[in-house]
Amino acid sequence: MTDQPSLSFFARFWLAFVCFWRIWIYPEFARAVLPVRVAHDEGKALPGATPAELPAPKPPEPPPALPPEREHASALQLLSMLQREGRLVDFLQEDVAAFPDEDVGAAARIVHEGCRKVMRQYLTLEPVLPQSEGDRVNVPVGFDAQRIRLTGNVAGQPPYTGALKHHGWATTAVKFPSTSPALDPRVLAPAEVELS
Amino acid sequence: MARYAIGIDLGTTHSAVSYFNLEDSKARGPAQSMLPIPQLTAPGTVEARPLLPSFLYLPSGQEFPQGSLGLPWNPTPSSIAGEFARSHGAKVPTRLVSSAKSWLSHPGVDRRAALLPWQAPEEVQRVSPVEASTRYLRHLREAWDHTFAKSREDAANAMAAQDVIITVPASFDAAARDLTLEAAKTAGLENIILLEEPQAALYAWLEAQGESFRKKMKVGEVILVVDVGGGTTDFSLITVRDRAGDVELTRVAVGDHILLGGDNMDLALAHTLNQRLTAEGKKLDAWQFNALTYGCRMAKETLYADPSMERAPISIPGRGSSLIGGTLRTELPREDLDRILTDGFFPPSPASELPRVARRTGLAQMALPYAQDPGVTRHLAAFLTRQAQALANSPDAPVNVGGKSFIHPTAVLFNGGVFKAGPLKARVMEVLNSWLTADGGQPAQELEGADLDLSVARGAAYYGWVRQGHGLRIRGGTARAYYVGVETAMPAVPGMEPPVKALCVAPFGMEEGTQADVPPQEFGLVTGEPTRFRFFASSVRRDDKVGSMVDEVVGSDEFEELAPIETTLPGTPAPYGDLTPVNLQAAVTEVGTLELRCLQKDGPGKWKLELNVRMKE
Repeated sequence: MTDQPSLSFFARFWLAFVCFWRIWIYPEFARAVLPVRVAHDEGKALPGATPAELPAPKPPEPPPALPPEREHASALQLLSMLQREGRLVDFLQEDVAAFPDEDVGAAARIVHEGCRKVMRQYLTLEPVLPQSEGDRVNVPVGFDAQRIRLTGNVAGQPPYTGALKHHGWATTAVKFPSTSPALDPRVLAPAEVELS
Repeated sequence: MARYAIGIDLGTTHSAVSYFNLEDSKARGPAQSMLPIPQLTAPGTVEARPLLPSFLYLPSGQEFPQGSLGLPWNPTPSSIAGEFARSHGAKVPTRLVSSAKSWLSHPGVDRRAALLPWQAPEEVQRVSPVEASTRYLRHLREAWDHTFAKSREDAANAMAAQDVIITVPASFDAAARDLTLEAAKTAGLENIILLEEPQAALYAWLEAQGESFRKKMKVGEVILVVDVGGGTTDFSLITVRDRAGDVELTRVAVGDHILLGGDNMDLALAHTLNQRLTAEGKKLDAWQFNALTYGCRMAKETLYADPSMERAPISIPGRGSSLIGGTLRTELPREDLDRILTDGFFPPSPASELPRVARRTGLAQMALPYAQDPGVTRHLAAFLTRQAQALANSPDAPVNVGGKSFIHPTAVLFNGGVFKAGPLKARVMEVLNSWLTADGGQPAQELEGADLDLSVARGAAYYGWVRQGHGLRIRGGTARAYYVGVETAMPAVPGMEPPVKALCVAPFGMEEGTQADVPPQEFGLVTGEPTRFRFFASSVRRDDKVGSMVDEVVGSDEFEELAPIETTLPGTPAPYGDLTPVNLQAAVTEVGTLELRCLQKDGPGKWKLELNVRMKE
């Protein structure tokens, strides 16, 4: 911390005037000034020279382990939204083998439309690599091994050149809604009982 | 002093809020800011969406887990507005309030009575059309305050402190406007202005165009605004005039209230496909029919967007968990779409063909007075023809209709989600231009670049700025003249109603903040007893002066009878009836509502006449 220049009388007068009004008008300003005053009264070194001394924070206690459905609540929430809009759980729980392709196709339209709506609403997706599949692409030195997976004859040192088989997917924006903690995330869809 | 002008489009099926920062002091151009509206999308899930579906769900106490209906600003709301109300209400129709706005303008019911949902069981706490509108507006206000005025320091940003412009259909009568204002006040809004929706759409277009509109709009242009929303169809004509070397916009005429909109179109498709499914032995329940309606809307949009497709598949899921086994398949062929929608709702009829008035089945659901003829183009022809006759008789007509059988628009501005379908816009232009050609006129141009869903809210917010003296203001005043009914004295004849004459109390085109002259006719009112007047409006009698008497109003197609007006003079009824002589006077408030007063003759007394919103008798 560098020494601050000592202030002239007029500079101090002006500061006192400004502070007087700011303390009156802005509660945050007053809150910020308070520790300085308290420290001065207690004869401690002023903050500004050294930060106000606070009791050393205790190491935070590790939070109690959450039950799995709470820890993974957002995954269950996504599943619940895909069921609500696109009947995905119904579709996956059903035995596809028992139906002709026509029927599976008709149901797939519902799943496709609804799930796509959910995905578009909450996620922005884009390919990891912009090139078309089948194009030759360069993999530079120091490439991100999470974003690019090498297959085939993997030998030697980068840079590499190879054919793009799958352009990959990555999300660029995630905006899931928050759900009320009052609800049990294990319920993916309620049972519906129609009264007559 | 308000910091924002807030435009609220309180729609039949959707509501939206746009805002204009008045401190920025410049038009927003095409980037017209919208308020994202937090709403319940599922129990326990609150999400912000650009539109608030105008649906209200009245839940029972046990229906949902405790705390799962909470909003950020209200942990225990008594009703649900928005997306979840709509989606869940489809399964519980007896607790769902929809189309509250159409009920608000329905003179056949008491609009302050708890009527809705129309077919609700006894135990449901019904709400009145006014109350439903209040709850939508309150939701919007609370959403705004939650976004902009959460902390005490931001209290000046609260909606109650801003200029709020609420849009109403141009065809809303004086009572429906009063009720909209009443709902807004109950919802906690203070500085309220009403604006006609087609005007708002044009304002949004003007703001988005910026200065370049002057190149596109010449003096003498007549702009036709065709606004087909979810539930109503609204027409307005606005002309560009020269006033002392400056361009001026004048709203010339508005159409009648037509309850016909995009929802009717989707329903018409769904009914047709449902008949086909029934013939195949497949029966849909109410929820599946709703899914079919939704599927028809999607299929319609697909077919209109891609002219090469001949048919669009529709899958209707079953309610049960067996999705593949329970799904019904059907498809919407293009020929059906063209026949039912393009030709059914936008028929290529000649300009002389007027709407049919025979009652149609299928569209008439519940007790709302839906339009009996689905032909939007026929309603348009009727509007242009009627208004041309009205203008032809008027010495001071703002539009020259000489030698024309209907008003010739030179430009068309579309509004409403229906016109997302390009072919429907093209059809309206084609039909209109065929009329124009046949009548010896020039084809009209479409004004492009309007946002069909959001422009009403956006234009309303912009109007808040225009009111402060910026940009171009659309003038025109009231689009109707108003009359009270006077029974003529004649000997009683059994079975004959005495003929009713109409006394003009408010002329056509009264501007906001003005009052009409006092007509010379006097009425004697009994003190302490309610007095009622029959009340009429005309959208075609442009030149009646205050005090004019018109014979034979009942049954005339120039007049529309509104709900009666009434007042009670203070005092006690005297046995031999002291009559207080009064004159009637009308005023249009700054807010945009009509006010009628009784003025005591030769005295200081002044009483407001209430526009009765109970039953028309």
